[in-house]
Parts: sequence; structure tokens; C-alpha cells
Amino acid sequence: MNPYVPILAIGAIGFGFAVFSVAIAFITGPKRYNRAKADAYECGIEPSPSAAGGGRFPVKYFLTAMLFIVFDIEIVFLYPWAVTFDQLGLFGLVEMILFIATVFVAYTYVWRRGGLEWD
Amino acid sequence: MLTTPSFEYLLLSPMLIILAAAVIGVLAEAFLDRNHLPVIQLFISVGAILLALIQIYRIKSSSSTSAAIGSVVIDKATIYLQGTILIIGLLALLLISDQEQFVAQASAIPGSREEQESTSKGSIQTEIYPLLSFALAGMMLFTCASDLITLFVALEVFSLPLYLLAGLSRRRRLLSQEAALKYFLLGAYSSAFFLFGAAFLYGISGSVYLVDISSAVSGGYGNDVFVLIGLIFISVGLLFKISAVPFHAWTPDVYQGAPTSVTAFMAAATKVAAFGAILRIFYVVFSPIANQWRPIISVIAIITMVFGSAVAIAQRDVKRMLAYSSIAHAGFILTAVLALNKSGLSAALFYLTTYGLSTLAAFGIITLIRDATGEVTDLNKWAGLGKKSPLIAGSFAFLLLSFAGIPLTSGFIGKFAIFSAAYETGNIAVVVFGVLSSALAAFFYIRVILLMFVAQSQNDSISIAIPSVKSRIAIGATTAATVILGLFPSLLLNITQSFSIFIK
Amino acid sequence: MNTSNNLLYLILIPLLSSAILLLLGRKIDRYGHLIGTLASACSFVIAVVEFFAMKSRDVTQRAVTQKLFEWISVGDFKVDATLLLDQLSICFVLLITGVGTLIHIYSIAYMSHDRDRRRFFAYLNLFIAAMLLLVLGDSYLNLYVGWEGVGLASYLLIGFWNQKPEYATAAKKAFVANRIGDFGLSIAVMLMFANFGTVTFSGVANHAESASRSALTAIGLMLLLAACGKSAQFPLQSWLGDAMAGPTPVSALIHAATMVTAGVYLIARSNFIFDVAPTAQMMVMIIGAITLLFGAIVGMAKDDIKKALAASTMSQIGYMILATGLGPVGYAFAIMHLLTHGFFKAGMFLGAGSVMHGMHDEVNMRKYGGIGKFMPLTFVTFGLGYLAIIGVPPFAGFYSKDKIIETALNHEGSAGLIFGSLALIGAAITAFYMSRVMLMTFFGNERWTNRADEPHEAPFLMAAPMVVLALGSICTGFLFTRGESLVNWLRPVVNPAGEQHLVEHYSATSISIAAITAVLIGVAFAAIKYLKQVPNIAPDNVSVFTKFARKDLLQDEFNNAVLVKPGQSLVKTLLNFDYIVIDGLVRLVGALSLDAGQTLRKLQTGYVRSYALLMILGVTALIFTIWLVTL
Repeated sequence: MNPYVPILAIGAIGFGFAVFSVAIAFITGPKRYNRAKADAYECGIEPSPSAAGGGRFPVKYFLTAMLFIVFDIEIVFLYPWAVTFDQLGLFGLVEMILFIATVFVAYTYVWRRGGLEWD
Repeated sequence: MLTTPSFEYLLLSPMLIILAAAVIGVLAEAFLDRNHLPVIQLFISVGAILLALIQIYRIKSSSSTSAAIGSVVIDKATIYLQGTILIIGLLALLLISDQEQFVAQASAIPGSREEQESTSKGSIQTEIYPLLSFALAGMMLFTCASDLITLFVALEVFSLPLYLLAGLSRRRRLLSQEAALKYFLLGAYSSAFFLFGAAFLYGISGSVYLVDISSAVSGGYGNDVFVLIGLIFISVGLLFKISAVPFHAWTPDVYQGAPTSVTAFMAAATKVAAFGAILRIFYVVFSPIANQWRPIISVIAIITMVFGSAVAIAQRDVKRMLAYSSIAHAGFILTAVLALNKSGLSAALFYLTTYGLSTLAAFGIITLIRDATGEVTDLNKWAGLGKKSPLIAGSFAFLLLSFAGIPLTSGFIGKFAIFSAAYETGNIAVVVFGVLSSALAAFFYIRVILLMFVAQSQNDSISIAIPSVKSRIAIGATTAATVILGLFPSLLLNITQSFSIFIK
Repeated sequence: MNTSNNLLYLILIPLLSSAILLLLGRKIDRYGHLIGTLASACSFVIAVVEFFAMKSRDVTQRAVTQKLFEWISVGDFKVDATLLLDQLSICFVLLITGVGTLIHIYSIAYMSHDRDRRRFFAYLNLFIAAMLLLVLGDSYLNLYVGWEGVGLASYLLIGFWNQKPEYATAAKKAFVANRIGDFGLSIAVMLMFANFGTVTFSGVANHAESASRSALTAIGLMLLLAACGKSAQFPLQSWLGDAMAGPTPVSALIHAATMVTAGVYLIARSNFIFDVAPTAQMMVMIIGAITLLFGAIVGMAKDDIKKALAASTMSQIGYMILATGLGPVGYAFAIMHLLTHGFFKAGMFLGAGSVMHGMHDEVNMRKYGGIGKFMPLTFVTFGLGYLAIIGVPPFAGFYSKDKIIETALNHEGSAGLIFGSLALIGAAITAFYMSRVMLMTFFGNERWTNRADEPHEAPFLMAAPMVVLALGSICTGFLFTRGESLVNWLRPVVNPAGEQHLVEHYSATSISIAAITAVLIGVAFAAIKYLKQVPNIAPDNVSVFTKFARKDLLQDEFNNAVLVKPGQSLVKTLLNFDYIVIDGLVRLVGALSLDAGQTLRKLQTGYVRSYALLMILGVTALIFTIWLVTL
């Protein structure tokens, strides 16, 4: 078979999925327009041309998101380790402690430099 | 059933030391007194690099493919490249530790009251040191990664700190931040290409290990379009890092915007690391299908050399000019990739070292030329510099001659070695274009020299800062290396010849 | 082959002296010039010792080498930094160090009012070292290093008085012309490496016999291009006139006696290539003949004494190049003319410097006149040089130029007759314009305006070198031809087969008579025209021919049209590429789907979009290429 056929198939499926999702939401979803809907970001924060600090979003949001990712990744690695804990034995334990300690360093840095203080 | 993985810690120790130093540096940021941090951080970084160099020396004759369960291969070329990266890192660190090019408080808005306050308080963003260590560790890993995942992780580990460092210039901060953003966006874009290519290669070989991909390539999949598409996309990611045309567009902006000492580090060390990976991939994995990719890489090498040399002529800014020159140099080194033999590899290693050292020296000198608003990079203002400081202007002129490849400089030997290696293997067209464009390139280097020594100085506002001891060591050592390696290239050529070995 | 340990010192002493003068700076301003002169003199002494040592050895044992270190070792390719002193290079070494030392002495007085005299001597020493390296290298690569070195020293010296913009322009012009020449040399070296796998003189000589004709022709033409750049031969001659902006001793040393003759050395040294590449050899003759006439014609119209002498240098080197093109018999005569020219032309430049010194740096000959009686010594030494250059027997130039004309006329085929006749015509024109210089400067009515201070004779330190060089202009020609001493001396290097002309078309006596007649005609014309009153501004109502000659036969216009303009437009095109093509494509996309373009513009800032688009275009092009390759 021509090697391009699977690629085309993947492309078609991807395109179809995108069209389908948008279309089905458009067709079946309820339409209740209000002010929040018209905002650029539906996240509860009102974008405004001159927010406090010269038009920039407070960096705190990004920090929180970043910290979430840090712990997210930790979980991603902890789970497979927990599953194969028996087989990896002491080596696995030591490596995991090192891993957690290293991730914790990032957390400590944010904490000590005042990244967790909201105001 | 899983088996416990085993590691050869001695062989990995140079990288581990640098990574540990980076982590310790982050901890130091968190807990130690900020007044002492600059000294402590410098001590940690320099100490770690020296220790790593000692380890490199200890393992200089070892080699192993299983240092980290097949993900890392330690061979002669790796050890040479890692050593080079460490030395460049050490010298760049000396330049970078002259803090005053860096912003006092990176998160302050340019021009705000907050920024002025932190500047007048004399605060210092000491995170530069751990960032630099992370970048160094990533580069070292990049030269020895032998699977696609490790390669990608290493790519990101050294790229992310560089994006940040590029945005930390004290003066002309908007330009600096714009440079960082551009670098980041385009870097992410090129990473996507890289990953896409990795996916294709995984697709044909069913493995991420270079060794398996290599046997798949030579075992009959060679003509498969998937291999070639994978090759192209992977190359795009790597060619972006060495700023080969047409993936070069970020280079002038970023080199200009970033703090000059960071530019020095980026220009020198990134090239070494990225070429390390390119050489490994093309020599180890794709050499069986060289006939398929040689035309592409030849074309890229040619347009890179010609474009870089030609556009550099019209530059009015020293840093932009050196950026275009670094583009042209990337083309010259790509010529060595085409050679695909031991003398080509040896020539590339030699060129990377000498180019890296000369580049560090050139950017180091730029940090010294200042006026009231900071560094002066406008070439017109450099007129008559030869009268003000014959030593500085003379050194800079010498470095430019080395870039131009005039005999008795290390640049000449490097070009000679590369072109003769490429010639031996029959890449004559590339060699001809290489020679032509280096003749072209000579024009713009000499133009700067004439400007410094012959032209009338238009204003007297520029001054030459008295370099600190650290800058003196860095600039002096790198300039001296350019001279010595030009006069006695055998010193280094013998080393590169014995270290130009890749293993699978 | 014999080895010697002294060759390195020849180069090292002036090089060290140069470094000392530059590094110690103003502290040694008071005696810096003495260090420089001493260094040059030391090299000369070593050269003389080496010369007599060489002379005492048997003919086959004369060449000596000294290996310094292994320089480059890349793969199979090895180049050692080795010095070679043989019969050919000793001639040059003696000329460089001998005339060099005299010019050092002269410069002590000439530059005595200059604040930067020490720096000047540092550059002079640097030049001597580089020039010695050029003639002592045993391979083309070593020669190339010296070649670039003399280029560097010469820019530094031309631009020495770089306060004035036209001097800087002159340095730049010399640089560009030389770069083109150097480019030729580097291509030649690469071709040699590609074809023979070696770049040493002996190695290339061994392979040259068996190499392909086309490769040899290509190498020969590239070497000729290199010689044209360095020796100011057509079409790269334009820089020499402007290079006269440098101090006069520099013009005497570099632009008359030594550096500009490096091209002659290169061709004579490469005799083993040219002898088996007849096309290249023919080109050498043509270039030589064109330049000897070109220089002579330009020389007739110059009012600036130094530029007139520069044009004459160009023309005389044309004679030498012509001689090298005449094959094995010609090389020795080229070198002979080179040596005699080194004496009389350097002497005349020093004389010109002395006149300028006495005339408050006036260079326009129309402002001279009748200087002979105020500066008798300069008059006599310059006059001896003049008699030598126009070829009056028994002065040096008569012997050497006569030999070239004779060899050219006896060259086989119609080429011999053509080139010989051109050389004869050149001799007549030379006599004309040199007599013009002589008459306008030393005879006739006094045309300088400031009567209060009349010209004064040069001080002793300037006069002595002029006298020595004048003695050289008298006797060298006789010494070199007595018993064919120079020809026999050089034979092992440039004419190992000992070739002779098969037939003598014209007898030596008849050719001498023809040459002397040509000279007399030239002198007579000049006497008629310039023994009367000379106007002190150049007249406008002159022939088109003179106007062309005054504008250097339009050489600058030619260069501008052929070299400068295309280069500039190429760069402009490439620069516009980013703006026009990339941005244009962005605009095109925007125009095709206006809304999308608008959104894109709002979302993006800066030109990251162009960069990213460029990358995607690059990837597309790559995929397309690989598709073509695998097709």
C-alpha cells in the first residue's frame, strides 16, 4: 500500500474530528449569551487594557500553573514506579527519592522567593 | 519482568556534576543571603566546571554505549566535545560574571519605577549562574544522546535557559525581551519539527535508539520516504540551532538583543553542542543513505555560506555583523558533515573549538566598547578606535582576520582542514562556493578593520572600559588561543585527530 | 640538500624588532628608529654571509633549507614550515635587506619630524620580515603567508599618514586589488593540492611534467592573476598610483624595489609550471606587454612626480613580466632587470623624496624647475638613475633592458617580433617620459611661487643612501652581464635544462643599436617639448589622447563598472530578499484571505511570522528536493 495513505487517513480523521466537535457543539449546545461569554477568556478575570501594573496580567497565575505542572509531572512518574515497585527494589526507591528531592528544589525556590504569597 | 537498570556513573559524572551544581545553585538562591550570592554562585559554577573538566580528563580514553541503558554513548568525540563545551562555558562564565550587563530585576517592567529602584539598590539577578549550568549540562548531554527522546530532552534543557538569558539585558530591555520571545517562539516551532521527525523515524524502525534506527536505515528501509521525511524534520530542528539558512532568521535579532556575554556563550557553545549532535546523527545513523541527503545538505551549506557572507557586508551593527558571520561559519562547518570521513570529523572538531574561542573573544571585546548609554554596537561609532586603544582594536582586528581565514590564524587552518576533507570526498561544488564566500566574507571583516584604523573618528563619546580581571582572563586566553592555534595548529590537530571517533 | 640554522634569523630579527617597537610604545621614541635600522642591517649582514657561503659551495650543493616546525597536518596532507635559500631567493634576500637597510637609513632623516617615526620603523621592519618570508618559503603555502604579510605591511605603510581621507582611500584600493590577486593565489594553491597532493616547490616541480595540460594552464593563469594583483599589472594596476600617498621611502622600498616585484618572483619561481603550460605563458607575455605600454603612456601625462615614477615602475615590471613569459631563457633576464631596477628606481624615488623634502612636500612637477643648481647631489644621483632607466650604455638599465628586448625579438614565431617591437616602442616612450620628469624637475625656468626659501640639499643621512643606489645604477648591469655571471648563477633554478635560443634572428649588436636609437628619439622629443617654458598649470587644450592618459586611461571607471557595481547590487538584492520575498509572501497570503491576514496581524507582533514562514518554506523546499532526488 502506498505509505502516504495512512498519513492521509490520519489527516482526514483529525480534520473530521475538529469539524465534528465544533459542529456538534454548535448544533446541540444551548445558546445563552451573557457578558461573560463575550469575554476573551472565560476564566473569571476581566481583561482590561490597563490592568494594575501597566496592562500585564499578574504573573501569579502563571506561577500557580507552573507549580501545578511540577507536581503533575511528579505524579506521572510516581505512578509507574509504584506499579513496578517490587521489581525495581532499592534502586527504584533511591532514584525516586532523588527525583522527588529534585522536583522539591523547584518548589522550595518558588516558596522562598515569595512566589506563593498572593499579595 | 523488569531488570534494574545500571549506570556507569564515572562516565556520566561530568554531566552529573554540572547538573548538581545547577540544582545546588537554585537551592542557594532559595536559602542564602542575597548579598553574598554573586560570589557564592560564581564559586559553585566555576568549581563545578573545573571538577567536570577533571573528570573529563580522567575518562579521556574510555568509551561505552551503555553508560545509561543505551540512551547515552560516551566515545572519543563526545569527550572532546564535552571538554570544549566546558572550556567555553568556563570562559563565558568569566565574561558573564561582569554583572553590569544584566538587568537588576528581570520581572520589573522596562522603564518602570520598580526597575529604577532595583537598579539603584544594586540588586543582581544571580539566577544567571544556575541557568547557565543547566544550559551547559543540556549541551553536554546533547553531544552524547543516543536515543531520540534523550536528544529532545537535552535540546530543551539547553534551549530553555538560553531563552531566558537572552531577555536579561540591562540596557535596551525591550529589544532584549523581544529577542527572547522571538527565540522562544521559533525555538518551540523548530522543536515541533524535530519531534515530528522523531515520530517518523520511530515509525519506520520501531525504536527510538539511534542504533536501531541506523540498522533499519541500512537494512532496506533506506529509500523509504518515511526515513527521508524523518531525516528532514529532525535536521530542521538541528539546523535551526546552528542557524543554517533558511532557519537562521532568529539569529541576528537574538544576538543583537541578548546581553553580549550571553550572546558570546550562545554563539560559541550552542554551535559546538548542536554540531556535535548533527555530526553524530549523520555519521552514525544516516551515513548509509548519504547519496540521498547529500544534495540537500550541500544546498543548505552553500546558501548558508553565501547568504551569511553576503548579508554581513551590509550590516551597520557589530553584533548583527557577527551574527551573520556565525551563520556563514555554520555553512563552513556543514561542509565537514558532507565529508563523512574521519578527516572531516577531525576538521569539524578543530573548527568548532577555534571558532568558539575566537567568537568568545570577539564578543568579549564588544562588551568593552562603551559610551554613556552602555555598549556601543553601531559600527560607525567604532571609527578611529585603533587610535584610542591599539591593543583592543588590534586584537579585534586579529580575530576578524581569523574569521576571514587569513593565514597564520586558527581560522585559516580550520577552513583549510574542512575544505580539504570535503574535497577529498568529492564535494567539489561546495568547496568552490566555500572558498568564494570566504573571499567575499573577507571583505566585510576587512571593512571593519579599515574603519577602526583608517577612518576618522566622528565623535569622542565612546570609551573603552577597563576590563575586570575576569574579563581580561577570558578575552586574553581566547585571543591567545587564536594566535597560538594559528601558528602551531598541530597542537590541536593531533588531539582532534585522535578524538574523532564515533561509536554506535 | 644542505641544511642551515641561520635562515630563521634573517626573518626573526626584523620581526622581533618590529614587535619591540610596537609593544614598548612611546617609551623608546628617542632611539626606536635606530633599533629598526640595526635589525635590518643585521639581516643584511647574515644575507651577505650566506651569499658568500653559497658561492663557495659546489653548484649542485648551493641550495640550503631549514625546517622550522610541522605546520599543518590534515589527513594525508602535510605542510612543514620550511625555509629555502637557493640561488634565486638569495638575489631577493640581498636586494630586500640591502636596499631595505639603505631606505631605513634614509627614513631616519626623512621622517625625523614625524611624531610616529618609531611606528613607521616598526612597520618597515614588519615589511622586511614578511617579504623575506615570501622569498624564503619552500612551498606555495609558506609563500602565501609572506604574500599576505607584505600586503598587510603595505596597507599599514600606505595608510601611515591616515589623517587624510584620500590616503585611506588609497589603502582601501590597494587592498581590493590585492585581494583579487590573493584570491588567484589561493585558488592556484588549492588546484596544486588537488592535482599533485603537495604544495612544495620541489614537489610541484616533480609532478608538473606528468600533469594534465588543462590543470597546469589553470594553475598558471591563477598564478598570473596573483602576480597581477601584487605587481600592479593590467588589469589590476590601478592601485599603484594611489599608493603613492604613503611616505616616499615606502614608495621606494615597497612600490619600486621589492614588494611589487613579488609577482615576477612568483612566476620565475613557478617556471616548472609555465614552461609546460604554453597558453598561460602566452598570457604572461601579453599582460607584460600591455602593462609596459600602459604604464609608459600614463607616465607621459603625469604631473605628480611620484605618480610619474609609479607609472614607470608599472611599465618596468611589465618588462620583467614579459621576460618571464619568454620561457627558460627569459627568467634570468627578468631577475636581472628586477635587480637593476631595484637600484635605479629606488634611487630615483629617494631623489624624488629629497626634492619634495627641499620643496615643502610639493609633488607637482609644474611647480618645480631649475632645481638642479640648488640640489646638485640629488640632481646627479637622480640623473644617474635616469640614464640607467632609459637604457643609456653603460648604465645598468641598458644591459638588462637590452637583454629583454633581444630575447623577445629572438623568441620563436611572429610573437617574438610583435613583443620585441612593443618592447622597443616602450623603450622610446620610457625615454620620453623620464626625460620629461628630468627636464621639468631639474632644468628650465624656476616655477615655484615662494621665492623666500629656495630648495635646499638633503641632509647627509638622506644623501648617503642616494649615492650608494646611484653607484648601483652605474655598475650593476655591467657586473651581472660580465661573463653571463647572473645567468649562470640562476641557471640551476630557473633553467635547469640549460635551454638556448635555437636561432638568432637578429644579432645582439643590431638590437642594441635599435634600442639606443629608440631612446634617442624619445629623448629628442622630450627635449623639444620641455626645454622651453613649461606652464605651471597643466594646459587644457590638449589632445584626447593626453586627456585619456591623464585619467589613467580610464582605469578607475573600468574598475567601477566591472568590479564595484555588480558586487554592490548583489548585496542589495540579497538584502531585499528578506523584505521583498518573505514579506511579500506574507502579504500575498493576507491578500488571498484578507480576514485571516487581518487576524494574523492582530495576533502576532514583530516579524516572527516572516521567520516562521521562511522556515516552513525551507522545509517544503527540502521535501521537494528530496522528492526530486529519490525520483
